[in-house]
Amino acid sequence: MRRLAGAEDEEKWLAEGIAGIQHNAFFMHRALDANNLREVLKYSALMLSELRTSKLSPQKYYDLYMRAFDELRQLEVFFKDESRHGLPVVDLYELVQHAGNILPRMYLLCTVGSVYIKSKQAPSKDVLKDLVEMCRGVQHPIRGLFLRSYLAQVSRDKLPEIGSEYEGDANTVMDAVEFVLQNFTEMNKLWVRIQHQGPGTVREKQEKERNELRDLVGKNLHVLGQIEGVDLEMYKETVLPRVLEQVVNCKDELAQYYLMECIIQVFPDEYHLQTLETLLAACTQLMPTVDTKIVLTQLMDRLSNYAASSPDVLHEFLQVEAFAKLSNAIGKVIDTQIEMPIVGAMTLFVSLLTFTLRVHPDRLDYVDQILGACVVKLSSVPKLEDARAMKQVVALLSAPLEKYNDIVTALTLSNYPRVMDHLDDGTNKVMAMLIIQSIMKNNSCISTADKVEVLFELIKGLIKDLDGTDTEELDEEDFQEEQNSVARLIHMLDNEEPEEMLKIICVVRKHLMTGGTRRLPFTVPPLVFSALRLVRQLESQDGDVTGEDVPATPGKIFQILNQTIEVLSSVPCPELALRLYLQCAEAASDCDLEPVAYEFFTQAFILYEEEIADSKAQVTAIHLIIGTLQRINVFGVENRDTLTHKATGYSARLLKKPDQCRAVYACSHLFWVDDIDGIKDGERALLCLRRALRIANAAQQMANATRGSSGPVTLFVEILNKYIYFYEKGNPHITPSDVQSLIELINTEMQSDDNGNRRTHSDPFFTSTLRYIKFQKQKGGLMGDKYDLIKL
Amino acid sequence: MNYLLGAFKPACNVSITFTDGKNRKQVPIKKDNGQTVMNPLFQSQETIAGKVIIEPYQGKKVEHNGVKVELLGQIEMYFDRGNFYDFTSLVRELDVPGDIYERKTYPFEFPTVEMPYDTYNGVNVRLRYVLKVTVTRGYSGSIVEYQEFMVRNYAPPPPINNSIKMEVGIEDCLHIEFEYNKSKYHLKDVILGKIYFLLVRIKMKNMDLEIRRRESTGAGANTHVETETLAKFELMDGTPVRGESIPVRLFLAPYDLTPTHRNINNKFSVKYYLNLVLVDEEDRRYFKQQEITLYRLKADTSSV
Repeated sequence: MRRLAGAEDEEKWLAEGIAGIQHNAFFMHRALDANNLREVLKYSALMLSELRTSKLSPQKYYDLYMRAFDELRQLEVFFKDESRHGLPVVDLYELVQHAGNILPRMYLLCTVGSVYIKSKQAPSKDVLKDLVEMCRGVQHPIRGLFLRSYLAQVSRDKLPEIGSEYEGDANTVMDAVEFVLQNFTEMNKLWVRIQHQGPGTVREKQEKERNELRDLVGKNLHVLGQIEGVDLEMYKETVLPRVLEQVVNCKDELAQYYLMECIIQVFPDEYHLQTLETLLAACTQLMPTVDTKIVLTQLMDRLSNYAASSPDVLHEFLQVEAFAKLSNAIGKVIDTQIEMPIVGAMTLFVSLLTFTLRVHPDRLDYVDQILGACVVKLSSVPKLEDARAMKQVVALLSAPLEKYNDIVTALTLSNYPRVMDHLDDGTNKVMAMLIIQSIMKNNSCISTADKVEVLFELIKGLIKDLDGTDTEELDEEDFQEEQNSVARLIHMLDNEEPEEMLKIICVVRKHLMTGGTRRLPFTVPPLVFSALRLVRQLESQDGDVTGEDVPATPGKIFQILNQTIEVLSSVPCPELALRLYLQCAEAASDCDLEPVAYEFFTQAFILYEEEIADSKAQVTAIHLIIGTLQRINVFGVENRDTLTHKATGYSARLLKKPDQCRAVYACSHLFWVDDIDGIKDGERALLCLRRALRIANAAQQMANATRGSSGPVTLFVEILNKYIYFYEKGNPHITPSDVQSLIELINTEMQSDDNGNRRTHSDPFFTSTLRYIKFQKQKGGLMGDKYDLIKL
Repeated sequence: MNYLLGAFKPACNVSITFTDGKNRKQVPIKKDNGQTVMNPLFQSQETIAGKVIIEPYQGKKVEHNGVKVELLGQIEMYFDRGNFYDFTSLVRELDVPGDIYERKTYPFEFPTVEMPYDTYNGVNVRLRYVLKVTVTRGYSGSIVEYQEFMVRNYAPPPPINNSIKMEVGIEDCLHIEFEYNKSKYHLKDVILGKIYFLLVRIKMKNMDLEIRRRESTGAGANTHVETETLAKFELMDGTPVRGESIPVRLFLAPYDLTPTHRNINNKFSVKYYLNLVLVDEEDRRYFKQQEITLYRLKADTSSV
């Protein structure tokens, strides 16, 4: 009936119930004041009859119950005082049982019972036993639950537990436990039964209501957990089996889940540990719909916290073979609960792993075992598509990384990559990123080729396009970030032993080469630099590294490098390739490998000629070439001439005049290296400068012609600075008069320029150049003397 | 008028007192008019002794043809009201014919009177004990005075007192097994028992235990049966599940019960039944009735 009624009606019924309680409570109070037992019993029974309603939802019923509860407290005070009613409590205990309706009768009996125990005229256990037995008469789920809840409440401080004033004989704790257990069992039965009440259509609402009542049942377990004197033995032999029996037998999803949760929360960790087998066995017997994984997860969380709390307890875990048992149970749960989604299984594995990592950090084989089980499970289902399951797998894989702070450990886990295989590509990448991040964070160095091999196998999602991947949907930014990570990772691969290092490089190269055109620009540079580092290391060791039997020679490495960069140039990514060639050339030069260096330069020039068409890129490239060439001192005259000639030639053929000019004056440095044994061809340097000057002039004129105003004085000033530089460095072909005339030229140019704007641009540079000269003059000394020759 | 009325007034006041009237236990009894009066209590084999006092009104004399006191055990059927059947009748002549001028006291005694039946006040039948004093007169009519007294007999605890155990049910619907600890209870006893639910397929509202009294009067074709429910005691609230057992604990003291009377003088019987009633949600009643025997135990004389 109640199910069909609206909330409004329910409010009305509640109000009526409350009014009924108040009305009868009023007369009860009057009778209490008059110490009239007969009337007290009559009106209290009438008052309690209001609780016989079936119309209220649990929540509203609770409201009503609380009001009656308050009144019962006063009644109890009256019962306690024999002088007020003149009846021994034993007789009172009988008298209240004369009430015709069971519900009021039982409330009164519980109330008197509590007084009875307090009076100590009968052993607590006997009274409690009687009460809990008599309560059976109320089979209506909600009314029964509240009645027993009342019993639990009034008896809470009267249990015959150890240390209590109601303590009985030797078996006293057992009596207390027995009472609570019985009340718990009955309450649970009633609670479970609620669902069988109304029609199926309101099942959902019913479940909600039931959920609201669960704490009434759970409270008993809390009490059990608090009873003084329940030792491990008793817990193991009596308490747990009895509770579990009830849990398993009630065959109710909600109850099983909630009660398991309660058990895990209420009782001490060490008890759980010692009764693990029983507890786990129960877990496997729960209804298939029960979320066992959460239960197990909580258990494992608690146990791992316990393990973490003190190192002293760890041996207990070993003693009871906690891992094996848990692992077993999880296996069973997963096997039996076919319905369980894959995410559930994964969550379980994650918990078990967390547990293992905390409790047995030294047992890598356990970790591997878990991962193995995970693989088995994953293999049994089609490709993973559930995002949450995926997340769990990621968590599963991340846990060892976090724990060991060291990917190296994870690399020894044979099942690790097999689990990763089951991830989809996106997640695989995420996981790969996590691995890399872990390496970065912990600054761990991977130092053998084998491990590198495994590692790259793990992160292959980042290294290459996996089969059947749609590449078009990739976010460019993400992609870059991923590849940058890979690049960073490459720097973490290091070994002091050149030989091993070379192996590592080869392995890495092998993997990277599969990456495809989009990845190579990111991944090749770090590889090249890594190799170059090895080269430099070899070079610094020098001496005994030569010889055919030594596999790691610079020559070999350069060969590899050459091939590697070549790939890059075909990507096409010529600018990058060019830079790398130049880097290699320089390194080769440092190793005194002239032909190699020459070869690299050749490659660079070829690239310049064939691939670099963009004028801006050309400017950059040429400057790079010039810069590198300038520093290289390994070349013989002939080779050097060829290369410098080429470089100057390219410089002069740049598109824009200012670019030409700048490239050409930069070339001057190719002929004058300010080193002890550097080339010092002053004449050709001067030639370059003059040529630059000419170009600058031409640029000026061109500007005049096209825009009607004179162009870049800046170029002149820049050239002037080059003059001053070489003059200062003692190039005999640069005379003070050259400098002077250039200054004059600039001055003329500036004066001829009537446009004020332009002048201001070059002014500061020029002025500060002049100031520099003046400063050098004033400084005196050798340099001062030299500068004195320049007249301003 | 006063004079006339005075003419019809009895000429004397007759009163009956018991020897140990002051100390004897008094128990209440409901009269026909609804009033409750207290009467002394006796049991079988007791000696009933006392005095009859005849006190003529001022200035009157009582002429009589003799004074006698009778002890009567009577059964009165309500369909035959006013017609008493005496199953016990004892007489003591107190005085020979003569005149009484002043207050006169006659002691009397009925030693060890056999009073096998209890006083009983039922729906259709009444059993009572009474002392009847008759002052026999000629034309003016006899003067008769009654004094009722109560008789309660006590029984020892029965040597054999089996429990009542029974399994009942409706096929595929409800199967229960109930057990009451005894079949014979004394009046202040407590009924203990258990109801086991072996099969429950109906939704129950509650379960009550009733005490019913079945009074049958007359014999043969004229038998009248009257059934009263004296107690209705709720045992269970709601629907139990299979395997549930519900405790029974019913104190008999608060109810107005008498011992079981079987075939009292071939006139009537009073029997008691425990009626277990299950009420389902549609208010259908399922019940099973079991007879119990009630007896009065000696020990309970102290209370009502």
